[in-house]
Amino acid sequence: MAEHAHKLEIFRGLIKFKSNTQKIIGVLILLSIVTLIEVVLGIYKPAALNESFLNLKLLNWVFIILTIVKAYYITWDFMHMRDETSVLRRVVVWTSVFLILYLTFILIQEGGYIFDEFYDTSNYIKTDF
Amino acid sequence: MGTTVSTTSNEKIWDGGNKPLNASYGKMMMWFFIVSDALTFSGFIVSYGFARFKYANSWPIADEVFTHVPFMHGQELPMIYVAFMTFVLIMSSVTMVLAVDAGHKMNKAKVTFYMFLTIIGGIIFVGSQAWEWATFIKGDYGAVKTKGGNILQFLDSETSKRVSVSDFAFLYSSSRDQHEKYNGIWYREEATLPSFSVEEVIAGMEASPNIVIRTQNLDENGHKTVLSREESLNILKSTGVSVVNGANLIENEYGVPLFANFFFFITGFHGFHVFSGIVLNIIIFFNVIIGTYEKRKSYEMVEKVGLYWHFVDLVWVFVFTFFYLV
Repeated sequence: MAEHAHKLEIFRGLIKFKSNTQKIIGVLILLSIVTLIEVVLGIYKPAALNESFLNLKLLNWVFIILTIVKAYYITWDFMHMRDETSVLRRVVVWTSVFLILYLTFILIQEGGYIFDEFYDTSNYIKTDF
Repeated sequence: MGTTVSTTSNEKIWDGGNKPLNASYGKMMMWFFIVSDALTFSGFIVSYGFARFKYANSWPIADEVFTHVPFMHGQELPMIYVAFMTFVLIMSSVTMVLAVDAGHKMNKAKVTFYMFLTIIGGIIFVGSQAWEWATFIKGDYGAVKTKGGNILQFLDSETSKRVSVSDFAFLYSSSRDQHEKYNGIWYREEATLPSFSVEEVIAGMEASPNIVIRTQNLDENGHKTVLSREESLNILKSTGVSVVNGANLIENEYGVPLFANFFFFITGFHGFHVFSGIVLNIIIFFNVIIGTYEKRKSYEMVEKVGLYWHFVDLVWVFVFTFFYLV
């Protein structure tokens, strides 16, 4: 059916699949590899990634980036976002990304502040007594 | 074609026509729902992040909590079972998208087969989650709660492995009876008594010289602080109030109480989504079998329920990262 034509390339055209079924299997392999990397990093926790960047360990940054990679391929290929019009794509993705980033910034910032207040030895709040 | 909602005339309803943004009414509504549900989940996950930043130096280490795998009793295998669950959910997402693909080709037999596999995958996932909950609630080593609500766990100082409270605590026969309605004040109840009292734990600890205490505070390398033998006895005698086994919404043996609360609410909310996804999938599955979509000449309902199912998988990817990895 013509109206169900799928875009069959991932990695900006680096890999082009012959059919939609092949693309699905390709994305499955990609997601499995990413999950495997996450699990191996999670079990062994390499010391090289223990350094802190923007208040968060490098290892955690790696996890977050790999998660976003996985989320991208689930949305784009399993939920067929790649085949929708660009306006629908922007409406869905930008709305959620903007609101979630805003919420994350506010709450994480506040959590850090409360941590500083809690464990500041010069004030009267005690958590260990 | 496409949906049950269609008008016969060709005139434009609004500027976008019958299918604004080239998406049918049903798919568009599913996307609306997914965006709003994504915000609900992000509210949960971000408030979990808030709690973690607030308790940055005492949060439980997920690798030490989720170490169990069914049929592998007594072995510590962190991550393995959650990785399996993640893989099951990704696989059921793949069979779902294959069902959608077969629907585009109007291949009823294949849609039926792939929908069936998707439902099985979902059931395996929910079952695994129920097992995780049961293990988490039951707990394994037990711990002592302090006056300040902190958790003290027990270690063998030679092997530096965790020791179960029931392995070294003395059980006095004179322990107090549970206050129940029939033997006490009839309109009051008390929570189930812990397996041991703190006095029994202290007596047991004094008798076994290699038991030390681990507090919930993290050192600069991210490991829990282990106290010396004298400090351990001191802190237990001066601050210990009750023995905690497993987890509930008030206290848990793993550390900060919020840890268990977020575990229950986030994985529970997600598990409820998986459950309702399975129910929707089963409804669509039977519709496929009786040929509803064959008559309608469109399998778009499979696509819509597929969108929801992928979204549930998408959320799990984030829950997996933030609860088990980070």
